[in-house]
Amino acid sequence: MTSLLSVQGLSVSFTTYGRTAEVLKGVSLDVPQGAQVALVGESGSGKSVTMKAIMGLLPQPPARIHAGRIMFDGRDLLTLPERERVALRGTAMSMVFQDPMSSLNPVWTIEDQLSTILKYADRRLGRDRDRRGRRARVIEVLSQVRMRDPERVAGSFPIMLSGGMRQRVLIAMALLSEPRLLIADEPGTALDVTTQAQILKLLRDLVEAQGLALLMITHNLGVVRETSNYVYVMNKGEIVEEGPTADLFAAPRQQYTRDLIAAVPRLTGRVAT
Amino acid sequence: MEFLGFLARRLAWSLLVLVGLSVVIFVIARVVPGDPARMALGPRASAEQVTELQEKLGLNLPLYQQYGRFIGGLAQGELGQSLLTERSVNLDIRTTFPATLELVMATVIIAFLFGVPLGVAAARWKDSWPDNLVRAFAIVAAVMPTFFIALLLQVLAGYVLQILPTTGRLPTGTEFEADITGLLIVDGLLKGQLHVVFEAMRHLLLPALALSLATMGQMARITRASMIDVSRQDYIEAARAFGVPDRVRLFKYQLRPAFVPPLTIMGLEFASLIGGAFVVELIFSWPGMAAYGIRAITQKDLNAIMGVVMVSGLFFVLVNLLIDVLVGLVDPRIRIRGRRA
Repeated sequence: MTSLLSVQGLSVSFTTYGRTAEVLKGVSLDVPQGAQVALVGESGSGKSVTMKAIMGLLPQPPARIHAGRIMFDGRDLLTLPERERVALRGTAMSMVFQDPMSSLNPVWTIEDQLSTILKYADRRLGRDRDRRGRRARVIEVLSQVRMRDPERVAGSFPIMLSGGMRQRVLIAMALLSEPRLLIADEPGTALDVTTQAQILKLLRDLVEAQGLALLMITHNLGVVRETSNYVYVMNKGEIVEEGPTADLFAAPRQQYTRDLIAAVPRLTGRVAT
Repeated sequence: MEFLGFLARRLAWSLLVLVGLSVVIFVIARVVPGDPARMALGPRASAEQVTELQEKLGLNLPLYQQYGRFIGGLAQGELGQSLLTERSVNLDIRTTFPATLELVMATVIIAFLFGVPLGVAAARWKDSWPDNLVRAFAIVAAVMPTFFIALLLQVLAGYVLQILPTTGRLPTGTEFEADITGLLIVDGLLKGQLHVVFEAMRHLLLPALALSLATMGQMARITRASMIDVSRQDYIEAARAFGVPDRVRLFKYQLRPAFVPPLTIMGLEFASLIGGAFVVELIFSWPGMAAYGIRAITQKDLNAIMGVVMVSGLFFVLVNLLIDVLVGLVDPRIRIRGRRA
């Protein structure tokens, strides 16, 4: 199977106040068309930097990419002209942001924000859609993320919505321009577990229904088990282990992976009295 | 309906603030040494004459009775007689306030029109030369005393280059009666006398510029800080990740949430502007209320002091009420929280 996204030997360093730190050391990972892949690791392991490098959001400087390729759909994103790079962003590949409380602009309505994104995505893709067409599409994606009253949500300011609803809006935002790859940055971490479970289920259903490729970035192995069939484990800027999700859980090879698995709280067993 | 409730609550508070202000100023003006009657009559007046005037002004009464008389008059919109001009304070203020209002409004418009874009530019090109330039300007503008800027502008534009008038509101001999709002530009427009509007603007430019520089620097600094603050928010990064162009992000996503601090500070600046206006009014022979107020203070012209302070206070309170409404329009969070409270 050909890969939609293929990161090959990516190395990134950060230079701040004259000191340079190697943050990614030859990271390679593949996300095949329509596959659900997870990248797991603890804070500081380099998973967010990997994600930002893929999206082209790394601030350079202080960051510097000194080796590797990021192939998307057969083209190397790192050598692509900026214009074409920007054209992909939010359209062919888009991102589900992590924090529903801070990732929406507080002074514009949901519809305003979604249709602004759509307007410029349309422009980049040379699509022709008027204001009414954009509104229709916004309402459509809001219903896709199972909003009960999409019209009302569209007219709301973020502060008027619950955390779970805002997270759904963030998913809707990512779906606006029919992406082929969805990169999810620990969605729902900021929410309570019940809501998070609903969000993850929604995300998986949407990905399966629309045949999207999903790259789930998380520190939570519970989330990995729920949302992926292939896992990369990352530690200190390197991929230390990879494999199909079921195999990895059944027989982790690395001590680091075993530690991560052991760190997931169990909901079975005796209750201490 | 909600809006009216908000307005009513705020107006009630404002009234309370004004009453408090009136008490404080009333007491201070009377506690400060110096006998107004003696000062008005001069050193050669006899003791009887002084006592007579004191009785006429009610200065021999206990303080609370004097305050009662003052508040009674104020409730009827009557500020009493000025000792200095020997006219009613109402009339004095009616003739001088529009001049100050026109000056202060022009100042604010200039400060805002240049200060905010300067702040936006500084934030957009943070740590590079436009930013350094704006920051240097803000400091210089804040450090230079208003009188110095005023004199500098007067000498430069008025005497050296001779391109702008340096005194008054209109050329001497201009026949024009500003009897609608008292604002020359507005009245000139209303009466269709464009040459008056033009001349009034020319006369206004230097004093307003002199008065606005410090505020402009302040606006630029606050806008810059606020824009940088907002630029670090996740929603700006998100907009970038979705390919919203720089220009749209800067103005739509960043400036609007960042607009509340400069707006609020602007409201507070009004107080210092009215204070600073007196220097400018003196230097540019501007027939305004600030200069009138300072004269009243040095002469202990009690009624005039009270009148000027109350009018400035009312003006300040109304401006800040307007700004609160604007802040609510700019930032829905404030509006919505207010509704819940």
